[in-house]
Amino acid sequence: MLRARGVTRKFGGLVAVNSVDFEIPRGSISAIIGPNGAGKTTFFNVIAGIYAPTEGTIELDGKPLISPPTGAGREPILLVLPTIPFIGLAIYFLMAVGGDTGLVEGVASVAVALLGFVGALLLNIIRPAWYNRLIKRIGVTRPARPNDMVVAGLARTFQNIRLYKSLTTLENILVGMHVHLHGSLLGALFKTRLVREEEAAAEQRARELLAFVDLAGMENELAANLPYGKQRLLEIARAIASRPKLLLLDEPAAGMNPKETEEMTALIRRIRDELGITVLLIEHDMRVVMGISDYITVLDHGEKIAEGLPKAIRTNPKVIEAYLGRGAAAGH
Amino acid sequence: MSRIVDAVNAPFAPVRAYFRKHRSFGIFVGVVLLSVALPLLTRVPPFDGIQSTNAWVNAFTTAAIYAMLAMGLNVVIGFAGLLDLGYAAFFALGGYTYALAASPFSGIHLPFWPMLLAGGIVGAIFGVLLGAPTLRLRGDYLAIVTLGFGEIVPITLMNADKFTDGVNGIGGIDKPNIPGILQFTLINPWPMYGLVVVLFTLIMIMIYRLEDSRLGRTWDAIREDELAAESSGVNTVIAKLQAFAVGASIAGIVGVVNAAKITIVTPDQFRFAVSISALAAVVLGGMGNTIGVATGAFIIYLFQSILLKQLNTLVENFNIPILNQIDFLEFQYVLYGIVLVLMMLKRPQGIFPARRRMREFAPLKIGKGGLK
Amino acid sequence: MATANATSSSAGRLLGSLRLPIGIVAFLGISLTVLGIDQFVNALTLGAIYALVALGYTMVYGIIELINFAHGDVFMVGSFVAMFISSSLLGNEGAITNVPLLAGSVLVLFALTIGVMAIVGALIERLAYRPLRRAPRLAPLITAIGVSFILQNVIQFFFGPTIVTVPQLVPIEWSIQVSGARVPLLNLFVIAASVALMFALQLFISRTRTGRAMRTTSMDRDASSLMGVDINRTIMITFLIGSGLAGAAGVVHGLYYGNTSFNLGFQSGLKAFTAAVLGGIGNTAGAALGGFLIAFIEVGASAFGYGRWGGAVVFSLLVIFLVFRPTGLLGSHSGDRA
Repeated sequence: MLRARGVTRKFGGLVAVNSVDFEIPRGSISAIIGPNGAGKTTFFNVIAGIYAPTEGTIELDGKPLISPPTGAGREPILLVLPTIPFIGLAIYFLMAVGGDTGLVEGVASVAVALLGFVGALLLNIIRPAWYNRLIKRIGVTRPARPNDMVVAGLARTFQNIRLYKSLTTLENILVGMHVHLHGSLLGALFKTRLVREEEAAAEQRARELLAFVDLAGMENELAANLPYGKQRLLEIARAIASRPKLLLLDEPAAGMNPKETEEMTALIRRIRDELGITVLLIEHDMRVVMGISDYITVLDHGEKIAEGLPKAIRTNPKVIEAYLGRGAAAGH
Repeated sequence: MSRIVDAVNAPFAPVRAYFRKHRSFGIFVGVVLLSVALPLLTRVPPFDGIQSTNAWVNAFTTAAIYAMLAMGLNVVIGFAGLLDLGYAAFFALGGYTYALAASPFSGIHLPFWPMLLAGGIVGAIFGVLLGAPTLRLRGDYLAIVTLGFGEIVPITLMNADKFTDGVNGIGGIDKPNIPGILQFTLINPWPMYGLVVVLFTLIMIMIYRLEDSRLGRTWDAIREDELAAESSGVNTVIAKLQAFAVGASIAGIVGVVNAAKITIVTPDQFRFAVSISALAAVVLGGMGNTIGVATGAFIIYLFQSILLKQLNTLVENFNIPILNQIDFLEFQYVLYGIVLVLMMLKRPQGIFPARRRMREFAPLKIGKGGLK
Repeated sequence: MATANATSSSAGRLLGSLRLPIGIVAFLGISLTVLGIDQFVNALTLGAIYALVALGYTMVYGIIELINFAHGDVFMVGSFVAMFISSSLLGNEGAITNVPLLAGSVLVLFALTIGVMAIVGALIERLAYRPLRRAPRLAPLITAIGVSFILQNVIQFFFGPTIVTVPQLVPIEWSIQVSGARVPLLNLFVIAASVALMFALQLFISRTRTGRAMRTTSMDRDASSLMGVDINRTIMITFLIGSGLAGAAGVVHGLYYGNTSFNLGFQSGLKAFTAAVLGGIGNTAGAALGGFLIAFIEVGASAFGYGRWGGAVVFSLLVIFLVFRPTGLLGSHSGDRA
């Protein structure tokens, strides 16, 4: 379903992810593991659209999703080009006014000249699809943004939980549903029936999602007031709310006690089984990883050192060496 | 201080609960009550000694205009977390739009009521124009750029003599008369008062609706954690533009009304100090709390226009030597600065913290986390 | 607040490091021919003033990532303090021709003004910014605006809204001849004094322990404090120096232009801030470079009759740089760049 080819990510001189090939089969629960600093989260963030890959591509369902941004310097051309006719207009205007130029003529001509620039910017904002096609013509690929990924069908949670602390549980989920709600600004102002019905349906669905992750009854609790374990559940519910095809979980079991971990594991399985969502997780807790993963990929120092079924990974000498050092005994 | 505020608020809890469910109605009732009660109050000592009821009503009208500005700025700063320091520019643009559309200077006389809408549209356009290039800027830089825009507009208006009669401004602006039904004069403040009260109610209702809408949640999310918001699928660029547009259009509409009330617009009315005074109202009242900032605006305006004036009279009457020389009205600008600094140091969430902030547990946190 | 820019490939490193000096020399040469000696010297003088103020902006931003809105007004207050000192305390109405007396007065003027403004700046930091150091970004920003507004209006309250004259101690007639043009000694003095101060600052930052503390604190505050750097003291010293420099700029402004006004800080402040951004916010060499660059642009604009556009051009530059090249010409050296 998701295929990463030769994905590399460099930060200046540091190569965090080095030419990783990676594939997630549809409907699977896959895991990425590796010692700290292996580049797991960086790789994750590339898929999630937070970092652009330095090299390599990512495809979703066979269609290209992310590629390295190109021609960054050329984008201003698209912004400047439409400005030129307007600059011409401005110069003509200035010449017509003659030596009488004062501030207003100056500002007016600057404003006119900028019209082209602003127009291009507005095109970017209002019709991003057109803008992106135009940009491709001059050989520019813009870096993907996280919200583009959500539209494409990805959703993610964060390692250190990034909930909207001063919003309630319900409201957090409603934000997660953002891409599927279409109420407009005017609709909100006039409380049209469309908006009211959509909001009611959204609230209903949000409650269902809360129930799914076992948080029913906590709709009006502030996210900040939830205990840690429940915050993690909420974040997952928020991610699911966007109806993703692929769910990326960044250390979902971090900081949890064994009981909570078990519940988390069961939840992840239910997400795949009942909701049909493919799951990719990063995890350090081997019980979770070995317990639910269909498929494991191991990274170390930014490179893939092993991949395969859990049983094979468990006994893979390279993996053991990465975690425990050379010459360590076998097994966890 | 928060204990006093909470104590004052407490008995009203059940009332507030009812009106929270039927909010628009509640706003309507509240504003009507207030708009009747306030003028009545001015017939009573000591208020009747300070100035005539008509003068008071005029002052209330101006205060309400100022409050609407504060509510509009609150959408940009309090809801979306974007620090706009040039808000007066949109106010100016609205005023000049109407002035150019309905005065002897321009020669055309378009009717007032559609121009209200036009003021809003002009504001929205310029809000987007200002927002578009500045959106990727971080908080500090955004503030400086908006400050610059806030300066450029009055300067341009002042220098564009052919279009705006420069420093003199445009005078003789048409009043919103409806022949036969409503006559606005400079002497009778009541029609304008009524108009402003109605507008105030409408704007307040609309802002509350926005706050509870999908867009309002989006703004909250962006303000709390922009990265998480993007990862939830929010297009932060469009959401921020919408914040600018809404805030600016409110200022534009209010600008039209203000022009009709004072019947003259000059560049001097829209200096940096005006932007700062709106900011002071937002900070004092409570960022993110619509009623709060409106109240903050009222407090500031009435303090500066009534109290300071009274201080002047007092000092004159008692002939206190040094203080005699000081015109306390000039002191009002220092007042804005002091309000900003003191509030940020002592009570950054404002006198009336936004509802969501009140629900928060930690009193040590400054309102919502992640303010940009 | 490092002063070198990051280099990438080793191949073009020599050529790369020569790029800047060559560029500067070329620029100066072109300006000289285009502007003529008079305006060229004007631009250098104005640039010196802007550079002094820009340094304060850039140092403070580098170390606490705050645009100190009040900094421009510190410059303005400095000019008023200098005016007060030279007209009231020194009792001067005009130029002093007695050279030792002139030197002494100017020295006293500088020393007192720099001292006073340094203290004012440090007080502002202590009272208005330090309590908000861990607060969300919006809070100290708003406070800075409040302080700026207070300063402006207090001065306006006491000195009125119009332009106030300042005694110009250095006689403007004194000049030297350079290839046919008359270059006032005043200009040379301003440029020399400013460059000397900037040089002293550079030495301080790169050679002393406190300077090193300033640099590391601007890179990583927590790490520095873990290494034993006294953060509060370091930040306070940054403000002392930055405000002192702004005070010096205030003195210089008064001596050169012979007047000042309550809104000097607002206008010049914006331009100096633009200079800091242009050069690379957080980068002291960049601030100096930016100051001169802005001055040349402004003087150039006037020379061609577009003086009134000066502000608009400078402001547009600010927006363009912030949008397209926020790290400035020489690269920025503040905390995060996201």
